[in-house]
Amino acid sequence: MQINDFVRTMQNPGGARRLSRSVNVDFILFLLLFLLCAFGLAVLFSAGGQDLFYVKRQLMFMIVGFVLMLGVAQISVRTMQRWAFVIYGLGLISLLAVLLFGVGAKGAQRWLDLGFTRLQPAEMMKICVPLMISAYLSKRFIPPTFEHVCWSVVMILMPTLLIVRQPDLGTAILVFASGFLVLFLAGLGKRYILGTGLISLAAIPVMWLFVLRDYQKQRILTLLSPEDDTLGSGWNIIQSKTAIGSGGFDGKGWTEGTQSQLSFLPESHTDFIIAVLAEEFGLIGVMALCTLYLLIIGRCLLIATNAQSQFGRLLAGSLGSIFFVYIFVNMGMVSGILPVVGAPLPMISYGGTAILTLFIGFGMLMAISREPKQMRTQF
Amino acid sequence: MIEEQAFSDPARERQIFVGRALLVSFLILVFTAVLIARYFDLQINQHQDFVTQSDNNRVHLRPNPPARGVIYDRNGEILADNQSVSNLTIIRERSGDLDELIENISALVPLSESDVKRFYKRLKRRRPFEQTPLKFNLSEQEQAILAVNEHRLDGVKVSARLSRFYPKRGLFAHVVGYVGRINEREITLIDPIQYSGTDSIGKIGLEKFYEDSLLGNVGSEHVETNARGRVMRVLDKVDPDSGSDLVLHVDSKLQQIAFDAFAGERGALVAMDIKTGGVLAMVSAPSYDANLFVSGISQKNYSRLLNSADNPMFNRAIQGQYPPGSTVKPLFGLIALDSKTVSPSTKIDDPGYFKMEGIERPWRDHNSERGGHGKGVDLAEAIIESCDVFFYKMGIKTGIDILSSESMAFGLGAKTGIDLPGEARGIMPSRIWKKENRGASWFNGDTINMSIGQGFMLSTPLQLAVMTSRIASKGKVIEPRLVKSIDGVDLITTESTQLTDIDPKYWDYIHQSMKGVVHSTKGTATSINRGLNYTMAGKTGTAQVVSISADEDYDKSKLNKRQWDHALFIAFAPFEDPQIAVGIIVENGEHGSSAAAPIARAVIDGYLNTDSDTTNVGNLALQGLSLYANQ
Repeated sequence: MQINDFVRTMQNPGGARRLSRSVNVDFILFLLLFLLCAFGLAVLFSAGGQDLFYVKRQLMFMIVGFVLMLGVAQISVRTMQRWAFVIYGLGLISLLAVLLFGVGAKGAQRWLDLGFTRLQPAEMMKICVPLMISAYLSKRFIPPTFEHVCWSVVMILMPTLLIVRQPDLGTAILVFASGFLVLFLAGLGKRYILGTGLISLAAIPVMWLFVLRDYQKQRILTLLSPEDDTLGSGWNIIQSKTAIGSGGFDGKGWTEGTQSQLSFLPESHTDFIIAVLAEEFGLIGVMALCTLYLLIIGRCLLIATNAQSQFGRLLAGSLGSIFFVYIFVNMGMVSGILPVVGAPLPMISYGGTAILTLFIGFGMLMAISREPKQMRTQF
Repeated sequence: MIEEQAFSDPARERQIFVGRALLVSFLILVFTAVLIARYFDLQINQHQDFVTQSDNNRVHLRPNPPARGVIYDRNGEILADNQSVSNLTIIRERSGDLDELIENISALVPLSESDVKRFYKRLKRRRPFEQTPLKFNLSEQEQAILAVNEHRLDGVKVSARLSRFYPKRGLFAHVVGYVGRINEREITLIDPIQYSGTDSIGKIGLEKFYEDSLLGNVGSEHVETNARGRVMRVLDKVDPDSGSDLVLHVDSKLQQIAFDAFAGERGALVAMDIKTGGVLAMVSAPSYDANLFVSGISQKNYSRLLNSADNPMFNRAIQGQYPPGSTVKPLFGLIALDSKTVSPSTKIDDPGYFKMEGIERPWRDHNSERGGHGKGVDLAEAIIESCDVFFYKMGIKTGIDILSSESMAFGLGAKTGIDLPGEARGIMPSRIWKKENRGASWFNGDTINMSIGQGFMLSTPLQLAVMTSRIASKGKVIEPRLVKSIDGVDLITTESTQLTDIDPKYWDYIHQSMKGVVHSTKGTATSINRGLNYTMAGKTGTAQVVSISADEDYDKSKLNKRQWDHALFIAFAPFEDPQIAVGIIVENGEHGSSAAAPIARAVIDGYLNTDSDTTNVGNLALQGLSLYANQ
């Protein structure tokens, strides 16, 4: 499919449009997400040792996710904008709650036990932060002034630092990026961008000395030379590279990947699932997945540019582009060009909160795509 | 907030946004290209390397160790074989924290402190992907417990393997020897491929001497394992060749008879088949259970064996060097006859001592009451009654050079070449030997001491048996051998050649004299001829442990038992057609006749009267005959 097709569909008031008059849904996005989920479940089945356990649970999350997405799509954009501050506030409170009462796994405190289910508030912040910043900036001068940038940065940094404390560096970086993307799309001045770059560079030694924990430093060192510690922290990355590389052009075949089926690949059903895909479906599979992702992102950016309000634009644009950041961080880390941080591959990796968060995001995008025309009166 | 919105300019907002969105789209395409390039590099450019790496991950060449050759006695009784045992091993690379793991294991299976200590010691020598044993010989119950808990014990494996077992325990420890864990020194000497999967090696005895034959050839299999090391399937395999089986000349019944005959005394016996040189029995008493060493002997057991005053680990039969005493008299008599320094008609007077010109101290005749063997003692009497004075005189007359060189031909003072490691050489002194080893010239006094098998002279029980065989066969080159056949193929025994061409009448003379030792009324071993159903030839001997000065009597009441004389005896039988020769020493047994000769009788009885029913009948029927022979 080509971007042109979307444009045509968008501009052609065809059947789909008529159907969706009563129900707010973007069929193209829906279809693409459906394909992505189906592909993801197939890979998960193989990655989970050909056991239906993970597939069943993931499928349940996906069904709930689709329902949630369609539900969110019916909420008006103005309501979202109005509630953004409250949602953001609740997110911050739950992050604080994690630090105080959270339950841990593997030395990090990331979960909030609600009794019936466990939530990962940091995942939710990936939505809350762009929602908040979009709402904040859409009511202010464009491009943002120094004062507004400062307030935005404060609002981005509060959840980011709370997440760093958990510690979950990967999610913290993604949350920061999601907020920063809103600023960027809102037309953040070149001076600020340059400044952020310089501050980031200057922050590296400070982070190294004061913020990063030993295991995080180890991961960065491992990225530079994984062969130094083949059984320790280098193990994951060596095994995932081996899985990817041995997959070759067309892969070893579904459920035939020796690296994943014989358990050499760690975290094969969560963060490292792309290695299973690459091993079993080869470069063809990787390119197919990337194409699917790009189509979804393209669709999101198109929705953003066609959005009726500045809030919708910023929110849709940032959600679409942060989606790519997730993909890049995950695929980069598994293939050994980025340090290993906890970052799932969207829609493919096993994980309930991440899936639900993504679907809520896409629900918002659908809502924005059907934003009522009357918003145009502002024109 | 509402007021600020009034200043917003939607058109400009949209314009700025579209610009930024295009920039973001461009960046997304660039970064996607980076990702694709990375995956292309891994999956296309480096594909082959990673395929190899992936196969190395999962496919392992696993050695398939061969079963070690079984050792049988001449009648097919098993002396050493292999038993399947289960050991608890840990693969370092796959286990988590070792201390924690061992603690978890010890909650399931009892582990001793030394098990753990030795595990850590072994671990240092193993590579992380190798199995390091923690506990050997698991019981069936322990195996079941471990199997149930396997999932929570990462890196733990119960591996079944063949372990050496010696069903006769101590009986053949000094012959068969034992295998033990390969140590650091051995690991540098062995072929690492042949020994992959094998963790023991022959340490001593036949197990060491025939290591190459017993080991066999290692096999291998390619197996696919998962990350935990569990074998998922076998891809291909090459079966190992089992080690060669050994059949010995040794008769385990005879060995048992010989061992029992020592009845707790320390000593050694070697019995040889005179026709082939095959060793029929080889005993070193006391012995020890060879099985103790197979999976590593505990420190407690080892120091108990090592510090025992009885020295059970010392193989007296081939390593014990004792003065042969009077057992050399037949040989020396033969040499003297051959060199014409004495003749059958030579007679001497024995006053009970021997004095040499210029030396004040006399040499005593040990085997007579004061007063000596009397007048007119000839060589035969000197052998039968063991008259020392005859041999003192004969020795001086024959001279060290002839005695020394001729004795060497009979196997004294040199290794016999038996198929066992660690054989001692003994000492057959000569002028050169004394110069080199004592830095002094040879004196006649040395010859006198040596002529009754004392002084510098030392020999092993094996050497005595070889000497006896060569005398019994009238000078055939008989070489001792334990192994009869390897994998059913008889070892080639070289045609016995004649040692020396000694006049047959001298051979007969010496044989008759040795017969007299057992069968004549004045013979020193006459006590063992009661009920003998065949004719035996022999010679008793006594070896001093502490030197007794000439004017002092040997009084055992003054000495503790460790200082009593060693008792020796050599014998062959049947006299008419010699088949078996024995050499015996009983440490601190005092008299060859009383301590050592009965052992020879028991062993030769056991060999010649193999069928017990006919033995009794024969004993009765032949009693008259043997009495007749005594006269």
